Amino acid sequence: MSDTKIVDARDTFCPGPLMELITHMKQSSVGDTLELLSTDEGSGADVPEWVNKVGHEILSNEKIDGVWHIKIRKAK
Amino acid sequence: MRILVVGGGTGGTIVANNLARRLSAEIRSRRVRITMLSASDKHMYQPGLLYVAFGQMTPDQLYRDQASLLEGTIDFHVDPVEKFHLDQNKVVTKSGKVYEYDILVMATGSRIVPEQIPGLVEGAETFYTEATAVKLFKRLREIQEGTVAVVVGVPHKCPIAPVELIFGLHDYFKARGIRDKIKIKYHYPIGRIHTIKEVAIWAKPEFDRMGIEYETLFNVGEVDVENKVVRSEEGTETQYDLLIAIPPHRGMEVVEQNNLGEGGWIPTDRFKLTMNGHDNVFVLGDTTNLPVSKTGSAAHFQAEVVAENIASMIKIGTPVRDYDGKVYCFIETGHDSATYAMFNYQNPPDLKPPSKPMHWFKMSYNQMYWTSVRGLL
Ligand SMILES: Cc1cc2nc3c(=O)[nH]c(=O)nc-3n(C[C@H](O)[C@H](O)[C@H](O)COP(=O)(O)OP(=O)(O)OC[C@H]3O[C@@H](n4cnc5c(N)ncnc54)[C@H](O)[C@@H]3O)c2cc1C
Repeated sequence: MSDTKIVDARDTFCPGPLMELITHMKQSSVGDTLELLSTDEGSGADVPEWVNKVGHEILSNEKIDGVWHIKIRKAK
Repeated sequence: MRILVVGGGTGGTIVANNLARRLSAEIRSRRVRITMLSASDKHMYQPGLLYVAFGQMTPDQLYRDQASLLEGTIDFHVDPVEKFHLDQNKVVTKSGKVYEYDILVMATGSRIVPEQIPGLVEGAETFYTEATAVKLFKRLREIQEGTVAVVVGVPHKCPIAPVELIFGLHDYFKARGIRDKIKIKYHYPIGRIHTIKEVAIWAKPEFDRMGIEYETLFNVGEVDVENKVVRSEEGTETQYDLLIAIPPHRGMEVVEQNNLGEGGWIPTDRFKLTMNGHDNVFVLGDTTNLPVSKTGSAAHFQAEVVAENIASMIKIGTPVRDYDGKVYCFIETGHDSATYAMFNYQNPPDLKPPSKPMHWFKMSYNQMYWTSVRGLL
């Protein structure tokens, strides 16, 4: 199994956490796990909405000390 | 002390000129030498491409000779770097020359990769190069009716461009008297119409007012050129008569070939702007992997920080300032009004209503750019 790749999108208004995640998903291979770090309040809901719609997999989604940690597996 | 700047675009030019001024005494006494290696003898004002796409500028207005923009003390060569030996503080160029350095500045920008999306090259127009901007204008002149669809690849430089394009299209077709015969449909990768929340909130009623249709959570998956259909990775599709794409980008191939960063994006410290693990390598502009807009504006503010820090390292042995994530973007809201978004890592933009003076300020900036990269503004 490959290591988890951290996508540090804390404190960004543009391109923003979901755009950062999409960029890194495109650079990854099927089966890779990415962990998005985000300080954007909306990420907890926005990110799963896209991940589910496009058909990747949310492994975990939690907020620790004001930072969203969302783990995603690239499924296709 | 040998300072080597690789890349003669917005960021590289500003950093080199700024350093040449700050270190003029050291250069005169031959304690410091600044060399710039670039891939072209021309410097393009890339934001002008959007005006070319609407017939408001011609391509010749976008270029200056790179040498004419540089301080005379900068040793400038058109000889692109092919190999980076960061462990040995040297690079090798296309002509086979070896350049050794004490401090390296990387500012090689980014490139469009429309070929990564099946059908995009054949099926979509764009305006991210001179040739494609001219071609798009010709297509816009020809079209009489139908659906103009706009799709957005990820990542892309100039994140405001998709929105500016929509305002421009609306005004262009209105001026031609055919706006009622053209449906404009905008597609955006995330769940709102712009990644900056404040821009999305402001632009939505504007899009409604102009009768722009929009679909969010649309990442371009493929273009079926024969049937004129663009399909998303999310499983939806749109029929078009004219498709315009903001193409996806990567960093330069040379960065990937030298294993300096995945996707061509160099891992960079977001405050110090040094390459991770290499304190004598500074990185700025599009080629960083930072979650910062890939804009000339970000490259400009980063260049000022990098130049000030390199100069102070030489003068007092330590850098003096962090980059705070500052970006300032004009937003053209049609052919005669504009606003702007200014933000940094901590503070979101506070959008003001568009105005004519702001548009004229942007039009003046299109000229002032040349003074700005010379470091005189
Ligand atoms: C259509 C469009 C509209 C835009 N609008 C705006 C806007 O309104 N506002 C804004 O702020 N920004 C805008 N931008 C973005 C802006 O132009 C870029 O973000 C900016 O130019 C990035 O600067 P840079 O120095 O990182 O790269 P660049 O300016 O692209 O320069 C890269 C340099 O590296 C050189 N190079 C490449 N490979 C090598 C190599 N191997 N060795 C040596 N040199 C090399 C190139 O020749 C070039 O000189 C727009 C861009 C486009 C395309």
